[in-house]
Amino acid sequence: MEQWSAGLSHLLSNLGLPEVIAIIITFALGAFILANVGPVLALVLIWITRKVISRMQDRIGPNRVGPFGLLQTVADAVKLLSKEDIRPATADFIAYFLAPILAVFGVILSLAVMAVAPGLIPVDLNIGVLYLVALGSIGIMSALMAGWSSNNKYALLAGFRVVAQLLSYEIPMVLAMFAPVLLVGSMRMGAISEAQGLEISGLNLGLGWFIFLMPGAALIYFISALAEGEQTPFDLLEAESELIAGFHIEYSGMKFAMFFLAQFLNSFFLGAIFVMLFLGGWQGPFAGNIPGLGFLYFLIKAFGVYVVTQWVKGTFPRVRVDQMMSFAWKILVPLILALILWQMIVLKLPVGTTLQYLLLLVGNIGVIAIVVNTLGRYFQREQVRTKRAFEPKSLIGTMQPAGD
Amino acid sequence: MLRQYGFILILSIFAFALPAVAIILGSLLGPRRPDPIKTATYESGVETIGDTWVQFRAQYYLIGLIFLIFDVEVIFLFPIALAYGQMSLFAVLATVTFVVILLLGLFLEWRKGALEWH
Repeated sequence: MEQWSAGLSHLLSNLGLPEVIAIIITFALGAFILANVGPVLALVLIWITRKVISRMQDRIGPNRVGPFGLLQTVADAVKLLSKEDIRPATADFIAYFLAPILAVFGVILSLAVMAVAPGLIPVDLNIGVLYLVALGSIGIMSALMAGWSSNNKYALLAGFRVVAQLLSYEIPMVLAMFAPVLLVGSMRMGAISEAQGLEISGLNLGLGWFIFLMPGAALIYFISALAEGEQTPFDLLEAESELIAGFHIEYSGMKFAMFFLAQFLNSFFLGAIFVMLFLGGWQGPFAGNIPGLGFLYFLIKAFGVYVVTQWVKGTFPRVRVDQMMSFAWKILVPLILALILWQMIVLKLPVGTTLQYLLLLVGNIGVIAIVVNTLGRYFQREQVRTKRAFEPKSLIGTMQPAGD
Repeated sequence: MLRQYGFILILSIFAFALPAVAIILGSLLGPRRPDPIKTATYESGVETIGDTWVQFRAQYYLIGLIFLIFDVEVIFLFPIALAYGQMSLFAVLATVTFVVILLLGLFLEWRKGALEWH
């Protein structure tokens, strides 16, 4: 089953331990390491976010603590650790304490099916994709619990917005994940990554990645992942000007840090799932031959996708709530359903595989055209509106300084 | 099979313990000097009027119901995807009809105004 655990459990059972205990020890060790990957990863992610956003805004970003400011996040974590743990007197305590724990819980569990290298995956569950979908719901629940239990009106409003937004975007996201599953015929993350290897004259250049075959599904997944990861342009949950901070307004110190950690990890893992489903996972030139290279490819791709999300965060304006909801239900859901219908029909057509794939590509390009067109129109309108807002409206005139 | 879920079980224990330990550590290391003003509900310095846990608009429940329909649909669709390669023409037609009905249902909801967000 899992290659990584076989060696150690064999070694332990050779030492005289019963097999069950040997396996439990091995799994506990693996799980401990895996669980600790989360916080370490978050330190790097927060640093990347700060650096990218500050470059966008023509600043330098953290550069004092450690080399390139790498230890800035560690310093922040220590600061948060020493902060007072304020508990609002009127909060619903059980839900209030459980919410930040659940937020991290769901995110760390999704590490279990990350196919990071050829043959290296913590557990290659045969329902891998469904498992990830199920874990996504835990995050929604923790956000609602936090919003409700804080007994704060802003937090409650934000909590309800979370439910509305995350539920709406979960549908297009899950249906977009369905497209590669339908093509591969397997829900194992390892199998989906493997299916994307296309060798042209012995060289795996990455042309078999599903993003080239179904760019429409990939685009819809990416947009929904932005909304699910609570990133701009869909960061209405913590719209500072409207809701102060969002559902974690009453949280301080380490409990707040847990929400922060969960959010960063969540948006990174959504990007990593995007890499596994559409960007070929660990596939790349010579990935199968040189050990470690596949892992490197995976990391490069996953961090690349993360930097792109931060790029989007730095450039796009925020959308309105009603626009966000109607974009999900009236554009993304019908389009992805139609796309899946098209894919189902095309895959059963009695023609060659090449023609099938060509027809699939045509359908996907149509979907992309509609989505990009809608988004383009929206952002153009937004630009015009912003420009108008800054135009002088005074009755006296344009109040220009009296020149000559 | 059972081993895989055994690993997930062990991982879930660690995933639960990690934030719990961090939060407990935080509350042990940080100072604790609660006073009535500090533990009051935060609302930009204004005292909260009325109850927070009020009734909410039915719109949310409508969206929740529509979500439920599609989520259940997804649970039906994923097993179909696994067997799609070997499926007969009749089964494929049944699946396509199933998706078409859902698509029509979505348009009906749209028409009835269930998707409008006020």
